[in-house]
Amino acid sequence: MILHSERGPLAGRRTSSAVAATASASERKLALWNIGFAYTAFLIGTLCGLIQVFMRNEMIELPAWLDYYQVLTVHGVTLALVYTTFFIYAFLITGMSRSLGSFGPKVARWSWIGFFVAAAGTVWATIEILSGRASVLYTFYAPLKASGWFYVSLALLIIGTWIISFALIAHYVKWRKANPGVLSPLFAFMTISTLAMWIIACLGVVAAVVFMYIPWAFGWVDTINVELSRTLFWFFGHPLVYFWLLPAYMAWYLVVPKLLGTKVFSDSLARLSFLLFILFSIPVGLHHQLTEPGVADFWKFLQVTLTFMVVIPTLMTAFSLFATFEISGRQKGAKGLFGWVGKLPWNDIRFTSLFISMVFFIPGGAGGIINTSFQLNELVHNTLWVVGHFHITVGTPVAMTFMGISFWLIPYLTGRTLTKTTKNLAFVQIISWSVGMLFMSTAQHVLGLLGAPRRTQHSNYSDHPTVLGWFDGFFSNTSTLALGGIILFFSAMLLMVIVFRLWLIEPRSEKGDLYAEFPIAESDASATPRWLENWWIWIGIAVALILLAYTFPITHMIQDAPPGSKGFINW
Amino acid sequence: MHLHKFEKIWLIFGIAMLAVFLGIVGVQAFTQGQTPAGGMKKIDPEKVDVTAPFDDPGVHQIDDDTYEVVIKAMAYGYEPSEIKVPAGKEIIFKVTSKDVIHSFTIPNTKVNMMVVPGQINEKRYTFNEPGTFLILCNEYCGTGHHFMHTEIEVVEE
Repeated sequence: MILHSERGPLAGRRTSSAVAATASASERKLALWNIGFAYTAFLIGTLCGLIQVFMRNEMIELPAWLDYYQVLTVHGVTLALVYTTFFIYAFLITGMSRSLGSFGPKVARWSWIGFFVAAAGTVWATIEILSGRASVLYTFYAPLKASGWFYVSLALLIIGTWIISFALIAHYVKWRKANPGVLSPLFAFMTISTLAMWIIACLGVVAAVVFMYIPWAFGWVDTINVELSRTLFWFFGHPLVYFWLLPAYMAWYLVVPKLLGTKVFSDSLARLSFLLFILFSIPVGLHHQLTEPGVADFWKFLQVTLTFMVVIPTLMTAFSLFATFEISGRQKGAKGLFGWVGKLPWNDIRFTSLFISMVFFIPGGAGGIINTSFQLNELVHNTLWVVGHFHITVGTPVAMTFMGISFWLIPYLTGRTLTKTTKNLAFVQIISWSVGMLFMSTAQHVLGLLGAPRRTQHSNYSDHPTVLGWFDGFFSNTSTLALGGIILFFSAMLLMVIVFRLWLIEPRSEKGDLYAEFPIAESDASATPRWLENWWIWIGIAVALILLAYTFPITHMIQDAPPGSKGFINW
Repeated sequence: MHLHKFEKIWLIFGIAMLAVFLGIVGVQAFTQGQTPAGGMKKIDPEKVDVTAPFDDPGVHQIDDDTYEVVIKAMAYGYEPSEIKVPAGKEIIFKVTSKDVIHSFTIPNTKVNMMVVPGQINEKRYTFNEPGTFLILCNEYCGTGHHFMHTEIEVVEE
């Protein structure tokens, strides 16, 4: 790869270090395009979020050409799908280039093609939604029927991510061939785990979109098997949340120890926990369908059990992280049981942002256990509780980790630095996001327990007394939800300013500048068993578990199906 | 693979807790009948109005202690719109949809059922106290989704 000479200090540093130490110019550009796309979606999505909290409080009215559910759909799609997905690929592309070396011409070309296909699918889907042809929310449950092109655009988005994924896998395979018998660097291993899970998970939604929704929406067939389409969606829908979470875990496992000046706690356990996520993130989708007919209790409960297994790699991760904190604190001379807390680098925004993300994941994970607890799910299913859960899992642990990554990844890619002013802004941004989310998600959890529905425009339900309880008290109050939302919007706009500064305004980085580095901790793989990187074993077990959990329910849905449903356009 | 001693304790404790949680949930579900709404009965979504029991929606007494409530959901309401049941008796709700997916949800109770076209969803529930409860749809079903609600009146026997 040719290095751009105009980035003087960076180019000098790069030539003096090993090939693998920095991402090359081509990958930097691709990663920046992904980040630019992600933050454009972030801007649109957070604006839609602000409109929603105002509408829930009847503080604004929308113009006639736009309704609440379109705003809601755009909010969900841009933030949960687009911001996350494109940011994740930016992170993975940069990290793979840094840890395995520059991309060859084929890998580079296909990564670009994948990006453009995914971007085209996204833009097209957004046009379909805003023009009123696809007010089906981002779960697009049949038999609500969007235009056929909406489903085609969704397929393009998925295909685009597959193309980038296979390009990254090809880059990895080439490295393995060049380094026989050697375990791959941890970043690459975790990337491949995440992509393997993503590719398997997408099979469900691709099957539903290609074989069910598209023929039905274009009128080639008259009806659709509703229960089967839901089940295939949730085959994909649950691992989708792990696809967001695992890159955040990568930062927690690999970036955090580097910032603390220590190593990865245990290389083999880090690898094992990612493998367990491949196994236990997919055969569990039925826990999103616990309150519906058409699936026998036995199969619901079996998948509840498999869902609970995810607790094991989660506990392993929590242990590793806190062990890392304590070890680094003691190395710096901490005394007593909790002395190490004071030795953590609290004034390093790269660390503090990730630490707060982890703290939010504690109630987030506990809430997840409640949601999946079979009959307990009835109390919370489709209520605002679930929205609250979502915002303290993907909305903070994942999103704030991505913000924390942005604070160094954008400077790393643009060759700029993070000045003191921007760093202070970043602290205000992270703290305001935390405070806003605390208000909003707590109110959402409480309102959900009081029965307030999710994904529903404000309604007083003929002034029923139950509704009065949603405006009474501090946390049991829709106004508190709005207060949190307003603080979050302020924080989101501040983040846009920070991203803009890091991209275009900040001064060029000097040699040895911390913020212009991609921090990856060392991981000692000398004691790690080789079979942890034998993908055939792990993908084989994953497939076996999927067959165990899904063969019978899906066969039943196909063979014993009721007459199908024709489409409805209720907007 | 080396495991730190504390990590072993942590994982054993965690996995034991997992087994306890699952055990409680499983025992309650399969020995005390506390399963979420469900059922394996199906129906032609085009012929709901002429298929039993939905050809005669409403409240039916089955025996001294059991009542059946048959409900049809559609955008954006429920049929029948007036439902009156006694407190202290077991109510079996049976719901299906004439069009898209809805829910039949009574806040502050355990009745929270997905209503899926082509399927019949069932839930047994006993109201201990009389009162007027709100019923609402919490699954997006179109632009009028937030208007979809009704009430159930629970009366003293």
